[in-house]
Amino acid sequence: MPASAEGPALIELRNISKHYGEGQTRVDALVGVTAAVYPGEIVGLLGPSGSGKTTLLNVIGCVIEPSEGWMMLDRERVYDAQWLRADLRRLRLEKIGFVFQTPNLLPFLNSTENVAAVMELMSVRPREARARALQLLNYLDVGHRGLSMPGQLSGGEAQRVAIARALANAPRIILADEPTAALDSQRAGVVMDLLRRVAIDRRAAIVVVTHDEKIFDRFDRVFHLRDGRLDATAAGGVK
Amino acid sequence: MNLAFRDIRHNALRFALTSVGLGLLLGIVVAMAGIYEGALDDALRLPRASHPDLWVVQPGTKGPFAEPSRIPRDTRDLVRRIPGVAAAGAVTFESVQTAVQGKPLRLDIEGYEPGRIGGPESIIAGHGITESHYQMVADRSSGLRLGERVPLGPYHDPYTVVGLTRGMVNSAGDPVAWVSLLDAQSLQFAVTPPLQRREQASGRAPLPTADINAVLVRLQPGFAPEAVAQDIVRWKHLSAVPQREEESYLTVFVIEKMQRQLGMFMAILITVSTVIIALLIYTLTMDKLRSIATLKLVGASDRTIIGLIVQEALIIGVTGFWLGVAFTSALASHFPRRVLILPRDIGLLFGVVIVVCLLASVLAVHAAVKVEPAQALAG
Ligand SMILES: Nc1ncnc2c1ncn2[C@@H]1O[C@H](COP(=O)(O)OP(=O)(O)OP(=O)(O)O)[C@@H](O)[C@H]1O
Ligand SMILES: [Mg+2]
Repeated sequence: MPASAEGPALIELRNISKHYGEGQTRVDALVGVTAAVYPGEIVGLLGPSGSGKTTLLNVIGCVIEPSEGWMMLDRERVYDAQWLRADLRRLRLEKIGFVFQTPNLLPFLNSTENVAAVMELMSVRPREARARALQLLNYLDVGHRGLSMPGQLSGGEAQRVAIARALANAPRIILADEPTAALDSQRAGVVMDLLRRVAIDRRAAIVVVTHDEKIFDRFDRVFHLRDGRLDATAAGGVK
Repeated sequence: MNLAFRDIRHNALRFALTSVGLGLLLGIVVAMAGIYEGALDDALRLPRASHPDLWVVQPGTKGPFAEPSRIPRDTRDLVRRIPGVAAAGAVTFESVQTAVQGKPLRLDIEGYEPGRIGGPESIIAGHGITESHYQMVADRSSGLRLGERVPLGPYHDPYTVVGLTRGMVNSAGDPVAWVSLLDAQSLQFAVTPPLQRREQASGRAPLPTADINAVLVRLQPGFAPEAVAQDIVRWKHLSAVPQREEESYLTVFVIEKMQRQLGMFMAILITVSTVIIALLIYTLTMDKLRSIATLKLVGASDRTIIGLIVQEALIIGVTGFWLGVAFTSALASHFPRRVLILPRDIGLLFGVVIVVCLLASVLAVHAAVKVEPAQALAG
């Protein structure tokens, strides 16, 4: 367990495999991945193109089911025999925040509404959702753009609004796929600083998929994926 | 917050243009319903005007509004003496075409016996017929004024307008005018002298000129129209049609074609409306597949997504519908026939529009449900 992290793991992967297709066209995207991520740490997920990074993030994010293996998310068991597919949506809603390469904001909602919409999905009252959304935007230093539509935001501002949205459901697991790929190095640094702040303030576990060498030094630990396998030396941390 | 409303606001121009187009289409549908109701109401005005209980007509016929009927004038006295009959009046109906001040004028002339059942009700200006010849009460929709003279018959006898009514037209929309029974009979049955001479020369009996078309009957309280009608048929060998039946002949046979004609048009227009709504909703949905994937990824249920799409369809449909009602209401008085917009029809059409919106969302809903949350993450 790394120095910055503490307590039981928020993400625990046990022997996760995922293959697409069958026979001739079978692709083994993930093979026997076992790993753990602890509260308060930021883990980098690196590997060449096609090595299974996005697939692994999708499995952790309850977006796609693995072909084999199971995991624990914030003390809840997922993908084992008793697992119900319908609960994936609830898990995404309650436990996970997503940040994408492009901000993926809903173009017809302003910044505040983009964040508040997620809260309303969790049955927070509209008035309270707005207030809390504005707080989050302030926390990410984009409070002044609260009424702007996504089309009017700069790339860096949009990405910060997107991070605010990822935090809207107060998740302790945050998954980011290439969050800095579209930003210059200064803005990429700002985004990583913000994620660091979230990891510390919220005791959150953060997994960041990246190719971006400028942020390699920002991770507490790094997972290397190669042909769907986790590099044994780097995975570490499973007790 | 309402996502459907925000999305529509984001696409305001597309939404506004579609609503206006849809509004015009649905406005025509509302107008057609109104035209039908107007014609139905118009058609029933004349048979309802005198509140008769029975129509006595030529044996084997169904009343003056369904088919021609010709019976002798003394029928009225025969009928009057039947037990249960409180009042009876002889009437004639005839369409005439004339010209007033160079403008062609079509009138539905009803001849009646002043003082008996069958004349104009609720005269809004002037008075009823007071002399036995050449007076006329006309409906205001004819454009005639009090004191104006209307030439009628083969000799262009001048009839003076002495009274005006409101809203009395026949099922074709022609204004109704009343004249005395004697005048009406000579208009309908009089034969010009040359023709009379020819008939005489060929040895035929002179044509009766004092016939009537029908006798209107009002019953004493406590007598059933069907029972009295049976007596008339059995003892007097005439046809007697209760008022309700007469109205249904008129509506079923005379109006039915119009109903089918307009119904056909309405069905086509409503189909076009469905396609328009479906097209807009489908393109709006295609434009936001990425947003839908993102919503699903952050945990929105299919119900939320379907709700978004169906609400958008309902917003456009309902907006278009009320625009249409507004258009048609604003233009109603400019239609040549009466456009009668009934709350019942508005309610019915509103229900149809709701169903149309639901149908129109099917395609878009189908596409949206297939969206995978993983698509939000894909490059
Ligand atoms: N839906 C799918 N159907 C079939 N094969 C897939 C699917 N998604 C991914 N794959 C395959 O699985 C493997 C891993 O893909 P993945 O997207 O996880 O790679 P990645 O590491 O994210 O690559 P990149 O760095 O290019 O984003 C690849 O060989 C890819 O072609
Ligand atoms: Mg990827």
